[in-house]
Amino acid sequence: MTTTRPAPGTPIAYRDPERQALARRAARRNALVGMASLVAFVVVVSFLVSRTPGWPAVQETFFSAEQFTESLPGLLEAFLLNIKIFLIAEPLILVFSLVIALTRTLRAPIFLPLRVVATIYVDVFRGIPTILVIFLLGFGMPALRLQGVPSDPVFWGTTALILSYSAYVAEVFRAGIGSVHPSQRMAARSLGLSVWQTNRYVVLPQAVRNVVPPLLNDFISLQKDTALVSVLGPIEVLRQAQIDASSTFNYTPYVAAAVIFIALTIPMTRFADWVQARMARRQRAGGVA
Amino acid sequence: MTGASEPLLGVSGVWKSFDEHPVLRGIDLDVALHEVVVLIGASGSGKSTLLRCINGLEPVDAGRIMLDGSVDVTAPSVDLDQVRRRVGIVFQSYNLFPHMTVLDNVMLAPRKVNRTDGGRARDEAITLLERFGLAAKAGEYPDRLSGGQAQRVAIVRALAMQPELMLFDEITSALDPLLVGEVLDAVRELKHGGLTIVMATHEMGFAREVADRVCYLHDGIVLEQGPPEQIFNDPREQATRDFLARVLV
Repeated sequence: MTTTRPAPGTPIAYRDPERQALARRAARRNALVGMASLVAFVVVVSFLVSRTPGWPAVQETFFSAEQFTESLPGLLEAFLLNIKIFLIAEPLILVFSLVIALTRTLRAPIFLPLRVVATIYVDVFRGIPTILVIFLLGFGMPALRLQGVPSDPVFWGTTALILSYSAYVAEVFRAGIGSVHPSQRMAARSLGLSVWQTNRYVVLPQAVRNVVPPLLNDFISLQKDTALVSVLGPIEVLRQAQIDASSTFNYTPYVAAAVIFIALTIPMTRFADWVQARMARRQRAGGVA
Repeated sequence: MTGASEPLLGVSGVWKSFDEHPVLRGIDLDVALHEVVVLIGASGSGKSTLLRCINGLEPVDAGRIMLDGSVDVTAPSVDLDQVRRRVGIVFQSYNLFPHMTVLDNVMLAPRKVNRTDGGRARDEAITLLERFGLAAKAGEYPDRLSGGQAQRVAIVRALAMQPELMLFDEITSALDPLLVGEVLDAVRELKHGGLTIVMATHEMGFAREVADRVCYLHDGIVLEQGPPEQIFNDPREQATRDFLARVLV
């Protein structure tokens, strides 16, 4: 009440301490209400679930602590294969899909065949379920018994993931290219830059920036879909969980595998959210095109 | 190489329609070296379209646009990248590249199109930015600039290619009135440097001041042209009089 207010026009930031105290109190109250409501919710749900007639049996078959600790080391070891598939597939998908997206933007008539091939590719591979592509390549290619064609299921599973995901990611890139305002292209061309230089220096850098959030989303999805390769037989985490479960008739290894996936995808999801929020802030800060 | 009588820019009988809507209807316009020609006229009279055709950004439907009397911008075989190196254009909406600093915006075309080496392109860019009072902004991104600064950077960016002819397409129309002056100062500076300029504008006071010749565009043709005093004080055509009565309130 007795604080002195700076004279109007003084070049400092001034905030009324009383208003600030009020705002702080409101923030504290909101945090408390939020926590209380969350705790109450968890208590009620746990109580209701534990009261269901089948809960003791479910707890034993899905959430056995003993089974969990027993299977975890083997599952983690198998998970290394998932990580390996992911790390090999991801960069190749990025390169491949960018080439496809660029091919689809070529307008010169001489490129018509390339454009047609790229369009058919995207249509076909976006239309087939990923697991079906894995089946077809993983069982089909080795069956051809071609000289020099590998028969390794991990190789074909990874290739199938690359083919399937590249079709999706190419569309993400294409949307990004479309999101760059035509006036940017016009400005670059008016300076004498060629079509290729315009793409390389003006359109693509902006396009890629615009699609970082959806790209990260697709990466998270790919991380999970590495488990689909299990249908071909290689022992990755899901396959290992299957083996454990069938030897003990206890499904806890599946839950353990799920926990392993979540442990990796949640940080990635938070990272994607963070990137998205940061870009939204930047966009709001300035929008001169 | 070319006869001294050839204008730097010769537009003759250019037609351009968008769908079935004619915008340019057989327009003629000659511009001599070092001349500053100002295009005035209502929105939709064809000013912007004409500038875009001169730069080859829009293909024409009929007619010819000659540079130096030797290069036909409208010929199917013309190398438009070559034309655009000689003819700069600045747009109403700046169109700076938002992912590059001011300096990189200015250096991009000299480096990639003219293959000027980095150090020299940089020196030249800095010199140009200094000339237009923008040296302090060299490291900033476009979203940190005011509209007037952004538009001056756009002018410098076009200037860095050392064009023989500069086209300005209503470069002050998107600006806060307080910022128009600094952009017009930049144009004055270019006129004193002897650059050949064709500009479309709604700033009649400025047109009167800098123009060697004012062209009044009406329904896709140059209806009337002459020195600014004549056009503004003693227009011959009724349409010109009506237009000026509306804009010179």
